[in-house]
Amino acid sequence: MTEPLLRMKGISKRFPGVLALDNVDFEVGPGEIHALLGENGAGKSTLLKILSGAQKPDAGAITLGGEEISLSHPHDAQLRGIVTIYQEFTLAPNMTICENVFIGREPGAGGFVNWRKMAAETRALTHRIGLDLNPMTLVRDLSVAEQQMVEIARALSMKSRIIVMDEPTSALSASEVEKLVRIVRDLKAQGLSIIFVTHRLEEVMEICDRYTVLRDGKLAGGGAVAETNIDGIIRMMVGREVTALFAHREAPTLGPVVLAVEGLTRRGDAQDPHATVLDDVSLHVRAGEILGLAGLVGAGRTETARAIFGADPFDAGRVTIDGKPVAIRSPQDAIRHGIGLVPEDRKQQALFLSLAIRTNMSVASLGQLERFGIFVDEAKERKLIEEYKRMLNIRMASPEQLVANLSGGNQQKVVLARWLALRPRVLIVDEPTRGIDVGAKVEVHNLLFEMARSGIAVIAISSELPEVLAVSDRIVTLREGRVTGEILRDQADQEKLMAMMTLGASRAA
Amino acid sequence: MTDATSTRRGADFDLFGFLARFAPLIFLLVLMAGFAIMEPKFLAPINLFNVLRQVSIYGLLAIGMTFVILTAGIDLSIGSLLAFAGLVAAAVSKGGLSNRFTVGEGQDDAGYAWYLAALTAIAVGMIGGYLQGFAITRLKVPPFVVTLGGMSAFRGAALLFADGGPISGFEPNFVWWGQGKVGPIPIPVIVFLVFAILAHVVLRYTRYGRQVYAVGGNVEAARLSGLNVRSVVTSVYVIMGFFAGLGAFVLSARLNSAEAVAGTGYELTVIASVVIGGTSLFGGVGTIFGTVIGTILIGVLLNGLVLLKVSSYIQQIIIGVIIVLAVAFDTFAKSRRRRV
Repeated sequence: MTEPLLRMKGISKRFPGVLALDNVDFEVGPGEIHALLGENGAGKSTLLKILSGAQKPDAGAITLGGEEISLSHPHDAQLRGIVTIYQEFTLAPNMTICENVFIGREPGAGGFVNWRKMAAETRALTHRIGLDLNPMTLVRDLSVAEQQMVEIARALSMKSRIIVMDEPTSALSASEVEKLVRIVRDLKAQGLSIIFVTHRLEEVMEICDRYTVLRDGKLAGGGAVAETNIDGIIRMMVGREVTALFAHREAPTLGPVVLAVEGLTRRGDAQDPHATVLDDVSLHVRAGEILGLAGLVGAGRTETARAIFGADPFDAGRVTIDGKPVAIRSPQDAIRHGIGLVPEDRKQQALFLSLAIRTNMSVASLGQLERFGIFVDEAKERKLIEEYKRMLNIRMASPEQLVANLSGGNQQKVVLARWLALRPRVLIVDEPTRGIDVGAKVEVHNLLFEMARSGIAVIAISSELPEVLAVSDRIVTLREGRVTGEILRDQADQEKLMAMMTLGASRAA
Repeated sequence: MTDATSTRRGADFDLFGFLARFAPLIFLLVLMAGFAIMEPKFLAPINLFNVLRQVSIYGLLAIGMTFVILTAGIDLSIGSLLAFAGLVAAAVSKGGLSNRFTVGEGQDDAGYAWYLAALTAIAVGMIGGYLQGFAITRLKVPPFVVTLGGMSAFRGAALLFADGGPISGFEPNFVWWGQGKVGPIPIPVIVFLVFAILAHVVLRYTRYGRQVYAVGGNVEAARLSGLNVRSVVTSVYVIMGFFAGLGAFVLSARLNSAEAVAGTGYELTVIASVVIGGTSLFGGVGTIFGTVIGTILIGVLLNGLVLLKVSSYIQQIIIGVIIVLAVAFDTFAKSRRRRV
């Protein structure tokens, strides 16, 4: 290998009660796309924070281009040409693209901004990454993918040598990912190094040159991507064989149709150009069945789920349970009819981060835990928590622990437990494994299988096609708010699904 | 593995968490010790009961405010609402509303019993709270704005109602609620502590209490968990109104008078008490125990400063600084929680 551009040597970082990084070495060569991998909690985020100057290591040295540097502030890192693009963007939505690109470094003199120059330079930067947008457009009017491009343009404007991307593809649709991949390759060709943090190993195999795996804060291994395969990387990440990865279940026994939706329609909001219209969506799911809902981002999967659950209003359509039409105008109505929803954004929409695991788990089923009409029967509550802790294998110290202190996988299990405690007839899970590590993903899949086996009708939404293919018995695809196809799992593969999602072709059995 | 580390972290003794939880109590004890050294009279039982009596009205309001702030709301109208509720109740106890608006007639002495006055004050408070809750949940106006409006509107209503000046001189049974004692303990202190215990039970042990924390912790998650967010939010303002009315009754009894300027500036002291007691302005975090400690802390501070002959202007400066520091601490604690 050539002399590395970036070398982090012997990096250690301790937080109260945990050694987040233990003597980790990390090297990135010039013009290299480098994958930084590991389960949640393996130390990736801490390493990124040290690299971006947000946190200082307790021990270790960092050299850039052979010169030893110290990064004590995010500004230091940026000056050195190390720019980090976080999963949650740091753009100001009510400002224009060019203001965002040059925020804090606006061209001009005497305190005045030279708008013309700023716009021209922004246009040059965005052209470099193949984005053709008016620099004066407000960022809030852009799609997520376009906002990411603005982040990249901003990184380029800082004359960066290394761009760190934290989960850049998690919020993108497949075609947007492709575009991002092209851009990343372009940047590489221009001599930049990219550090890529992702959970999607297929992408690593496709894009990256080399990889580094962290496990429990230690270096687990690394090397050239060409010399390994996905299974090898997973083994390195989890430190064990994951044989059941994305396994199917045996043929299910299906009961009668529990939930049916006919002609679900939601007109777009005139105020909001991104509002997705649901146009005549019809689907059904049987007891004991797992129905996969596939589509690109913005296809209306989440919107369908939220409409069925009463979280968003819809303009037309009929929902029936056991063949009888039901009126669902709020989540309360849906819950009363036995429908549950595990929403896509765990932290924003499902968890009470400031509260204990206990409250998080029992919040929806307090009605069953009632005592004397108003009190919560805490003995019963403890029993319930103990039951689901065992059933879902939730690793926690005590029910009084803050849910914020659990890992992503265990948090998701707490949310699942909340719904299972209600004994739902229909459970909709939206991105059930987003942001959780490989081992926990498998556990969540198995939980979905078990729920279906117990007779629950499950609707599973996922952006990851391998996941949709693994968990579903039958798959319905959506595009731009319309159902474009339906296919049994046995007959489906990634290519077919992708075609149904993008072309709206083949109305298969 | 991830899970193992997080479990280990949870089991560790968390010094910061401990401090965050007991900081108000520790601060209170330190403060009391300091005052006791500088002024031995401070620890005299009569003075301590005096402190409690002085804070009991603030304390009643702070109990209601805890519910409001737990949902990440705020109520600036309480001082005004208290004045208005106190006047209406006083008028009732003096012989009803008709008497008051009968021009030229001398008021007859046939007033209504104290409990009707109390019920009136509480009813006025709850209606006022409901109106504000309605504006917040149905008209979707932020609590700060709604209650800022209420602060002005209720004060105006009080001034309008008190056109003839303060209403004074109640029957002895009424006055007892403000000036009476059971043994050495002033009645307002007993009212405060009884309702504090009640509120603690409600927040800690009932379904409703859980819902208040849940709505404050994450509105969207609460809605998607099937809670009726609107009614929970409305209810906390009704509860706040209940305590504004109760406070109005006790204050009128103590002063043996109700007037339109009563309660001016109370909102600041009350919010300070709640925040100092560890309730987060971001919602979802806080306890009645903390609020009681916070209230007493403010009382001790004011009382001690008076004993030390510090000017009341400086007292106001100190309260202002403490409020900002308490919120700064809360923000720091929140960012720490998030980092974990």
